[in-house]
Amino acid sequence: MKFTIFFHVIAAFILSPILPGIINKVKAFFAGRKGKPVLQMYYDLVKLVQKGTVYSRTTTWIFQASPLVTAAVGIIGVMLVPLGNTPGMLAFSGDYILLVYLFGVSRFFTVLAALDTGSPFEGMGASREVQFSLLAEPALLLGLCALSALSGETSMNTMFTSLQAGTRPVLACAIFIVLLAENARIPFDDPTTHLELTMVHEVMILDHSGPDLALIEYGSALKLWTYASLTASLIVPQEIVNAWGGMGAGFLALTGVTVMVGLIESIMARLKLIRIPQLLVGATILSLISLILIIR
Amino acid sequence: MNTIFNFLVILLILLNFRLISSSRLTPCIHILIIQAIILSGVAWMTHHGHMSLHLYFMLAVNVLLKAVVLPWMLTRVVQKNIVARELDPFVGYTPSLIIGAVLLGVSVLISRPLSLSHTLVEDLFLPVSLFTLLSGLFMIIARKKAITQVLGYMVMENGIYTFGVAMAIHEPFIVELSVLLDVFVAVLIMGVAIFHISREFNHIDTDRLSLLRDL
Amino acid sequence: MVLFTAAMMVLFSGVLILPFTGRANVANTAGPAFAVIGAGLTLAAGFDAIRTGGFDLISPWNYQLGAVHLKMDPLSGYFAMVIAIVCGLAALYGRDYLKPYAGKKHLGISWSMFLLLSASMMLVITAWNGVLFLVAWEIMSISSFFLVIFESHRPGVLSAGWTYLVATHLGTAFLMVMFMVLGENHCYDFNVIHISGPMPTVIFILAVIGFGTKAGFLPFHVWLPEAHPAAPSHVSAVMSAAMIKTGIYGILRMSILMGPFQASWGWTLIITGALTGIFGVLSALSQQDLKRLLAYSSVENMGIITIGLGLGFLGFATHHPIIGLLGIAGGMLHIMNHALFKSLLFFGAGSVRHATHTLDMEKMGGLMRGMPITGSTFVIAAGAICALPPLNGFISEFLIYFGSFSSLYGSKGTFSVLAAVTVIIALALIGGLALACFTKAAGIVFSGNPRTLEAEQAKESGAFMTTAMVILAALCGCIGAFSPQVIHFLGPVFDTIVAGHPLEEASLAPAIVCLTMISRVGVGLILLVFVLGFLKRNWMRDKIVEKKSTWGCGYVAASPRIQYTASSFADPIVSMFETTLHPEKDLKTDQSLFPRAFSYKSRTKDIFMYHVYRPLFSIVETVALNLHWLQRGYNQLYVLYIVVTLLALLFWMLWI
Repeated sequence: MKFTIFFHVIAAFILSPILPGIINKVKAFFAGRKGKPVLQMYYDLVKLVQKGTVYSRTTTWIFQASPLVTAAVGIIGVMLVPLGNTPGMLAFSGDYILLVYLFGVSRFFTVLAALDTGSPFEGMGASREVQFSLLAEPALLLGLCALSALSGETSMNTMFTSLQAGTRPVLACAIFIVLLAENARIPFDDPTTHLELTMVHEVMILDHSGPDLALIEYGSALKLWTYASLTASLIVPQEIVNAWGGMGAGFLALTGVTVMVGLIESIMARLKLIRIPQLLVGATILSLISLILIIR
Repeated sequence: MNTIFNFLVILLILLNFRLISSSRLTPCIHILIIQAIILSGVAWMTHHGHMSLHLYFMLAVNVLLKAVVLPWMLTRVVQKNIVARELDPFVGYTPSLIIGAVLLGVSVLISRPLSLSHTLVEDLFLPVSLFTLLSGLFMIIARKKAITQVLGYMVMENGIYTFGVAMAIHEPFIVELSVLLDVFVAVLIMGVAIFHISREFNHIDTDRLSLLRDL
Repeated sequence: MVLFTAAMMVLFSGVLILPFTGRANVANTAGPAFAVIGAGLTLAAGFDAIRTGGFDLISPWNYQLGAVHLKMDPLSGYFAMVIAIVCGLAALYGRDYLKPYAGKKHLGISWSMFLLLSASMMLVITAWNGVLFLVAWEIMSISSFFLVIFESHRPGVLSAGWTYLVATHLGTAFLMVMFMVLGENHCYDFNVIHISGPMPTVIFILAVIGFGTKAGFLPFHVWLPEAHPAAPSHVSAVMSAAMIKTGIYGILRMSILMGPFQASWGWTLIITGALTGIFGVLSALSQQDLKRLLAYSSVENMGIITIGLGLGFLGFATHHPIIGLLGIAGGMLHIMNHALFKSLLFFGAGSVRHATHTLDMEKMGGLMRGMPITGSTFVIAAGAICALPPLNGFISEFLIYFGSFSSLYGSKGTFSVLAAVTVIIALALIGGLALACFTKAAGIVFSGNPRTLEAEQAKESGAFMTTAMVILAALCGCIGAFSPQVIHFLGPVFDTIVAGHPLEEASLAPAIVCLTMISRVGVGLILLVFVLGFLKRNWMRDKIVEKKSTWGCGYVAASPRIQYTASSFADPIVSMFETTLHPEKDLKTDQSLFPRAFSYKSRTKDIFMYHVYRPLFSIVETVALNLHWLQRGYNQLYVLYIVVTLLALLFWMLWI
């Protein structure tokens, strides 16, 4: 049992850059293209790490600290999160509150680093980022609140495993929407570009280069892995008791969630900026509905 | 059985939220059709142990009216008036969602003391019926276009119908049918009225109709 | 007891001596010295009170309204520690802050008032007699008023002080009524009140209004954003970090005295706290004046504290002691945390004002290069106030969250779900908004390009100021890292609050286990960042690192003016909450073919100030003006009024 926990964490460290690759493959398939290789992000990371870097004259220590914090938060995030029926490595009661606020730390530094460059584009991205995260946070916390009420637990590892069926899909939807918002995915943001209308997350890291950019990209891949595991844990049926079986089902579900992200990116356009708060409030309401259904 | 009920009930709640947060009229009408079908299904499932011929008849009338005739009339009004969406409501769509959540909470709270131990169905039905009723009322209050208000009336009626199913009184369909008839007539008259108003005034904003009042 | 008495003697001797020190330098050295010694002694006294249970001091002589009765229990000891830390460091900071005023103002009087404020706060939290409490409360209000109007030559300062004076006295009026109801038979001693407490709910409401005015609860918060920007920074720090906490102390003390907590009290506090918190942080976000922003954020943090205490009261009232304990622990710890990071933020704002001579954020930018210590500590404080782990703000919010989450699963549906959900939504919203607000404050002020010449030439402030800031930043980190020990140490404080309620084996032990994990993860996070930084540095040794200008997507003529401003950063959120904030926007466009002059202004005024209090007071003014004919300017006439009134009262007494 213990080994599977380590296996999950190590797998996350090694495999997380595959997730964007899978998403891109799905998108390419829908567009009838061949698409980038699944391992493209590894090539990118290796190339970035070997490059030198350029710092803006305007920046201070915050700008250099931000990539480190993003990567560190991602590393701790995957240690906290469970996958399927496999508990997280650092599980304790109240760990999900820590998880939510840990990502707050990386957002705090990313936003400050964006403002640190003094670029108007990055300021715009920062401003939008804090607006969206402000709305995503209640949705995520209420969703976790519903989970905790449903399972009678306050740690993520036991929370998911003792969950009854019924409200799971609603909750999974809510957390999936938060996943899309927090990882700068399509109805909220476009990860492929940083131009005017999609000036949210990508534009904030416009001035980072070389190993710094690699750290940020790796950190966000880990973040995507963390959220995808959260969603996947809601899909995996809890009847699977076998540790390795649960782990395998977890990985399957994780892949499923990733494919789903790609699917949504292929069939949806980015939302108008003024519609985004509405979708996030909608996610909050999904969480609220599942909470109401549970406690009645 | 219970899982299906739960699923349908959750679907009803979600559809209500979609209704109060949507500005386009045609999807709203489609949602009403789905609601009508779900409700008939629920009614059939609650009573299918003891279905009689006249119950079948009632159910058929219900489906026919709410899923076919009324939507058709509404679609016609929408097309004739060329109003595809309601752009400037009294209450914006994001606040509407939040108010919807509050309404859901309120209906759960007030249906708690009224526990219906004698009913056939899940106790979730009562809050959901109240919520449907309230969201219909909310639509009537918060929207400007006459056609959206008609939609609100129909949502309200769905709420009453759910309430009837939840109460499962001996002859629920009698009460239900009379209400349905009321709504049918109301929609008919409103439809005709809207058509004429829009021809006279080139718009169907009810707030501007207030100019017609006596001083 | 010896420590406390010594502290009072030091402070009061300072109060008496300092006004007569004419030389500014002497006053500016002696004042902080008195304050630091006094604060050190009080800190020790408070520490001692928490460890050993405190003291009870009744003076041997009796007055008409009761003896001079001072008592310090662990609760008072805790507040004494909070006040002592803030006052001591503020005095240290104020030494450098007031230096430029030497010769222009009488610094001796200013320091005397500062010492009087510290001493009166100590008296407020130890007074065990209603009349003594009110006297100390009044001294506290008056001395802080004089401190607020220190820079009375600046426009707006006097009127801000005036607003503060009126608000605080309206609050005191409610407190007087409260004590009058409490002491029906002229016994105002808290021990006696404890036994014969009539009408607990009425008393509680009076306490919430009266103390809430000081603490800045929602409709009574209007004086904070006026008074804090007007006052010198070390004074705003003391007022915001320590003085408004006496309002919370008053509510707590009265609730403890009034006996078992009631569910309605808990609900009142939760709802007040949630509204105060959300409104406070929203208003903070929409400000352009740095200290006004901080003042509103104080309102927000008082909301968080109130939410925690409300959850605690509700938990105990509905017999869920574990939820109650967590709520109270979170709320109480947040008092200390807020004191630390808010005074640090006010110190930072003061340093910025020293360097740039303005508080308008739109005129700042890029200060981090000129003032690295101020900037870095400000960023740390901003992180703490956004409740980011591993800093201290997260610990207190975690306890409140943990309380409401455990209410969902631990109580099996018997605890009010509505309360738990309200708390969680309120805290989550406040958290997200606070992040927006403080990334704006830190980012616009310290990052980017300087927007004015003053900002470009900003220099770091003096050694005393930076020392105070570094100490506070270190304390913020320490409470975060050693949270289990801190909670363990504060155990007696929580016990004092919940004394008399059945605990049913509930304890904070499970929370301490979680906090241990959190502090480990937090320390791990910091270590990880440093390890990664070290690795990156080694790796980069033989790589090319260039310094270029910021990438402007090909645009090369970038100037500081194209940066995002404070208002534009906040605009998406401010327009989202337009109905609550009523931002005023003023856009002047040029319609000609080659437009030249555009201007855009946006400003958010407090809706309570402009839509509630202003109209109310203008009505009062109209009524008063209508009675103006009574005032004729003849002495004889006034004596006649007095005689007529006396006669009327006499007849009234005789015949009715």
